[in-house]
Amino acid sequence: MASVSAVPAAVADRTRRSRPSWSGWGFVGPFLLVFALVFLAPIAYSVYLSLFRKQLVGGNAFVGTENYRTVFTDQQFWTGFGHVVAFLLVQVPIMLGIALLVALALDSGRLYGRSFFRISIFLPYAVPAVVATLMWGFMYGTRFGLVGNLNRAFDISLPNPLSPDLVLASIGNIVTWEFVGYNMLIFYSALRVVPASLYEAAEIDGAGQWRVIRAIKLPAIRGALVIATIFSIIGSFQLFNEPSILANLAPNAIATYFTPNLYAYSLSFSGQQYNYSATVAIVMGVVTMVIAYAVQLRGMRKEA
Amino acid sequence: MTKTFRTVARAVAVAGVLSLALTACSGDSDDSSNPSTPGATGGASEGLSGSLTVWAWEPTLEKVVADFESANPDVDVDLVNAGTGNDQYTALQNAIAAGSGVPDVAQIEYYALPQFALGESLTDLRDLGASDLDGTFTPGPWGAVKQGDGIYGLPMDSGPMALFYNKEAFDKAGVAVPTTWDEYLEAARAIHQADPNAYIANDTGDAGFTTSMIWQAGGHPYTVDGTDVTIDFTDEGTTKFTELWQKLVDEDLLAPISSWSDEWYQGLGNGTIASLTIGAWMPANLESGVPDGAGKWQVAQMPQWEAGGAATAENGGSSLAVMKAAKDAELAYAFLEYANAGPGVQTRIDGGAFPATTAELGSDAFKNKEFAYFGGQKVNEVLAQSAADVVDGWQYLPFQVYANSIFNDTVGQAYVSSTTLVDGLAAWQEASIDYGSKQGFTVE
Repeated sequence: MASVSAVPAAVADRTRRSRPSWSGWGFVGPFLLVFALVFLAPIAYSVYLSLFRKQLVGGNAFVGTENYRTVFTDQQFWTGFGHVVAFLLVQVPIMLGIALLVALALDSGRLYGRSFFRISIFLPYAVPAVVATLMWGFMYGTRFGLVGNLNRAFDISLPNPLSPDLVLASIGNIVTWEFVGYNMLIFYSALRVVPASLYEAAEIDGAGQWRVIRAIKLPAIRGALVIATIFSIIGSFQLFNEPSILANLAPNAIATYFTPNLYAYSLSFSGQQYNYSATVAIVMGVVTMVIAYAVQLRGMRKEA
Repeated sequence: MTKTFRTVARAVAVAGVLSLALTACSGDSDDSSNPSTPGATGGASEGLSGSLTVWAWEPTLEKVVADFESANPDVDVDLVNAGTGNDQYTALQNAIAAGSGVPDVAQIEYYALPQFALGESLTDLRDLGASDLDGTFTPGPWGAVKQGDGIYGLPMDSGPMALFYNKEAFDKAGVAVPTTWDEYLEAARAIHQADPNAYIANDTGDAGFTTSMIWQAGGHPYTVDGTDVTIDFTDEGTTKFTELWQKLVDEDLLAPISSWSDEWYQGLGNGTIASLTIGAWMPANLESGVPDGAGKWQVAQMPQWEAGGAATAENGGSSLAVMKAAKDAELAYAFLEYANAGPGVQTRIDGGAFPATTAELGSDAFKNKEFAYFGGQKVNEVLAQSAADVVDGWQYLPFQVYANSIFNDTVGQAYVSSTTLVDGLAAWQEASIDYGSKQGFTVE
């Protein structure tokens, strides 16, 4: 519609180029303004910050790309990055695997008390991450927690879940518990829209349940799988709440640079290194974007 | 890019939570028109009005605030506990960075004061009247609140260290109270052997404790001269400490419980944490936090490195400072003077605090006070003696808050892995030097 009416206007205006039509801008203006203010300005400000260095002694100075060069040789940053990559490679497949399994089980229609399972598996997602972590933190306690109780009840000695070697796995457990229900719901809703006629056709052709899953259900929800994977990648790279809260219980197991987000937080709030912190945040943001985009491209290509 | 947005959003969220905390903790201002007791220093000068927000965790301030409000009916003081120590400094840094939600007055420990003064977050109190207070406070704390020419806080308490011990726990294990660190090690073994759940002390790596122990042992890891800073954790004093403490860590003689946690308070009450080597401000905290310990706890001089010695160190101790963002600096200073140099001092002593003012420390009434919680012991006698024995010449870093925040990244590893304390301190030293250089100090 707009283009149709714009054509004669453009023809008419051809002789008076100096007066373009502003009415279109009037419509998108309010949105653009809010968008610029809320989305672009913080990013621009972070980029601006990242080009400076403010010191306790010596004040503020423009340092160009020095902060970025520092990030790439910063061992603490890469240690934190290593943690989230390990987390991504181990926890995300486990979480999505469980979520898929549960979604398929619910969808199979053979489960007794389906809505009860659906709601109880989804319930942890409704618990705020902070509360969930505190709860698990108490359970992990080897003195007064569940682990301590088990140790005493059975006279065994379980390894301390909050020791440096196990703490990442313990965090993975918490996150899995929190997000299985959420991912299950994405898969389950994708499964529900598969037309029943496909299943009937498969049945007529004599396909078993396993065959139906591989040939119909999985291809049908590939889009949902890609989306859930991308969300999980972003979530892993943004890991903050869980380690930040557990750090109070296990200060020696969770360093101030345990994840890139935690590192950025410590840099700015304990170290007052806002500029470098902004740099870390930007680098991490770009890395997350690149990886998420690559996964999306790959996922979509397979789908085609 | 959601990442950067998140960071900003978090800062906003933190500020929001802080303001929530402020509103949540406000209210119940004491409107009672009790006859006030204006003090000798005239802290309750006529015509004060307005409102103040004070961030502090010192429990005895509650009564001081109530008294100050009844002495100045037009003043409304909000006392907010924004966390203890480092938690509060983080909150304070956040508020300063965000430019809103900054309190008017904040409790700041001596070790942290240089960092906030250097960051120009504090008001110089000289013109407000602090320059007339020479001689009011003991030299240690008074020196600690001065930075260069400025005076950036008024000393609230001091923390000469002593050995607080649970007599019942020591009796149960059949050990005498140690007077030297060698005896302390023996006692630690005996207590843990008598009851595998009991420990002589808790430690999961505490920067303030470690530096104070090195201080007592005669170490000088930090040398600060203006912006020239030297950090060296290999001197003799440091080595004395690491040799002893490494044994305690290796033999699992220290409870793996962090101080100020719920488990810690429980342990102090039920005897599984048998002692604390800690600053003289502890009695008030024991009384309020460990009611079960009443009658069990006693105080003795800090164990010595040489038998018959008399060396102690300061552990913590804090000042009240007026923030640069304070709405009414004069009103804020009036509160400081009332609380730390005026009638508030006696109120806080009565509440169990340990003062930094020479008049009170020297008075017989102070020294002879019997503490019911400590079974009638004249606790202040022991603590005042400790105050006199503090080893001279200790300095903190001008960025000690940050250094302490990474203590567990480095030295803390000695408590959970095969890393030794010596290695941990070396790593801490390196990280501190690195940070100092980046902040423009000349560090070696």
